[in-house]
Amino acid sequence: MVPEELKYTKEHEWVKIDGETALIGITDHAQSELGDITFIELPVQAKQVKRGESVATVESVKAASDVYSPISGEIVEVNGLLEDAPETINLSPYENGWIFQIKISDGGEVETMMDAAAYEEYLGTL
Amino acid sequence: MSIDTALKKTPLYNKHLEAGARMVPFAGWSMPVQYTGIIEEHLHTRSRASLFDICHMSEFFVKGPSAEKDVDALVTCCIDGLGVGKCRYGFLLNNDGVIIDDMIVFKITPEEFMIVGNSGTRKKDSEWIRTHLSQGSDLFDDSNNIAKIDLQGPRSMEVMRFLAGDPVIRGLGRFSFARTRLTGINTMVSRTGYTGENGYEIFLPAAEAGKLWDVLTRGDSVKPAGLGARDSLRLEIGYSLYGHDIDDTHTPAEAGLMRFVHLEKEFIGRERLLKQLRKGIKSVLTGFICSGRRSAREHYRVTSRGREVGVVTSGAFSPCLKRGIGLCYVDKDAAGEGKDVVLINEKIEINAKLKTPPFLKTGN
Repeated sequence: MVPEELKYTKEHEWVKIDGETALIGITDHAQSELGDITFIELPVQAKQVKRGESVATVESVKAASDVYSPISGEIVEVNGLLEDAPETINLSPYENGWIFQIKISDGGEVETMMDAAAYEEYLGTL
Repeated sequence: MSIDTALKKTPLYNKHLEAGARMVPFAGWSMPVQYTGIIEEHLHTRSRASLFDICHMSEFFVKGPSAEKDVDALVTCCIDGLGVGKCRYGFLLNNDGVIIDDMIVFKITPEEFMIVGNSGTRKKDSEWIRTHLSQGSDLFDDSNNIAKIDLQGPRSMEVMRFLAGDPVIRGLGRFSFARTRLTGINTMVSRTGYTGENGYEIFLPAAEAGKLWDVLTRGDSVKPAGLGARDSLRLEIGYSLYGHDIDDTHTPAEAGLMRFVHLEKEFIGRERLLKQLRKGIKSVLTGFICSGRRSAREHYRVTSRGREVGVVTSGAFSPCLKRGIGLCYVDKDAAGEGKDVVLINEKIEINAKLKTPPFLKTGN
């Protein structure tokens, strides 16, 4: 089950829109595929990023994986809790395991992302 | 002609699926990399006990009147003087002194030895051994019929005491083994392992593997663990993995494993090894511990003050130390306990210190 209220990308990031900002993390499917997460290189605060840009790296016992920003804008906050407890992403991918918050510069980008039903359908094709 | 590229399955394959394991290809086999999670399985092994499916490894038997002399001439460890019921770790070297495989040699009788090697090297091991035996002994590859289950962890002793009535098994010392019946199954139990914990390697008929697996995993103290945990467990102790830390481009001298080489006897590869030792080795295998949680992985370059001095052969997050650890070859002049290095790939730089393993002290 993927949360209804979020938007999703094919790279398995989720986006929670809150007015002019959005909270971004990786989906339950992504954390499960990665396995135990052991390290995260967090995005750089106050940095302007473009959609599709690699902003963070998540490393697990098995692999290292880039996290791409699904939205263009300015990174306004990062989840510092993950530095010492990256396993929070495994335990709570949609809540405490959020990775960064971005100030949305182009609202149109949000429209092209998948909703929960579309993402679930996409997972079914993998 | 058809080429069979299907992955081989161990006799425990269905047990892994039932337990929800994630299966991965490994040396031509479909093996469980994890069941519930690598870190959880790792910590369970260190605190209680875990069961590992190691059926993919090779079991060779050398039998005949000259078995002892022939095996002694093949492997680096001393077989002459090894007691019946004892086993030793050593290497098979080629004439260049580089490592064909690492293995444990079991003396069943003076005329029968079991050699347990890696799975990926099975064919070249058996060809090499067969070619170098005298008329007085023969090689039998029984890998397909023998299952191997490793029981490892501090609780493994009491589990074995519970299972085995035999006082010999109950009192088995390290690097000793004996035949015994466990839950009605004929097994050979050895006090050896690859985790740094107390434990056993159990050899038994492949057809009985599922039955013993079920009995051993029945309680709460023993849980199955996959190859992922096996790798991080061995790395915390600094055990080499064939094909990564040791291979047929390195000698035991370069790998820092001369304690498993008995130079006072004749064996294949000895001349070249002695020559290398006289001339001095250029690079040496050592450990590293990273400054934080991020670990370098295989193929990262080792640099010191901007100069490339080596390469990482194994690297992982240590669940016990919560830091990156690993093994690397470094130039002899750059090696040294506590030396600062930077481990790099195209994008990442990780600060680390060189450290001679083990990274962790364990019960073993």
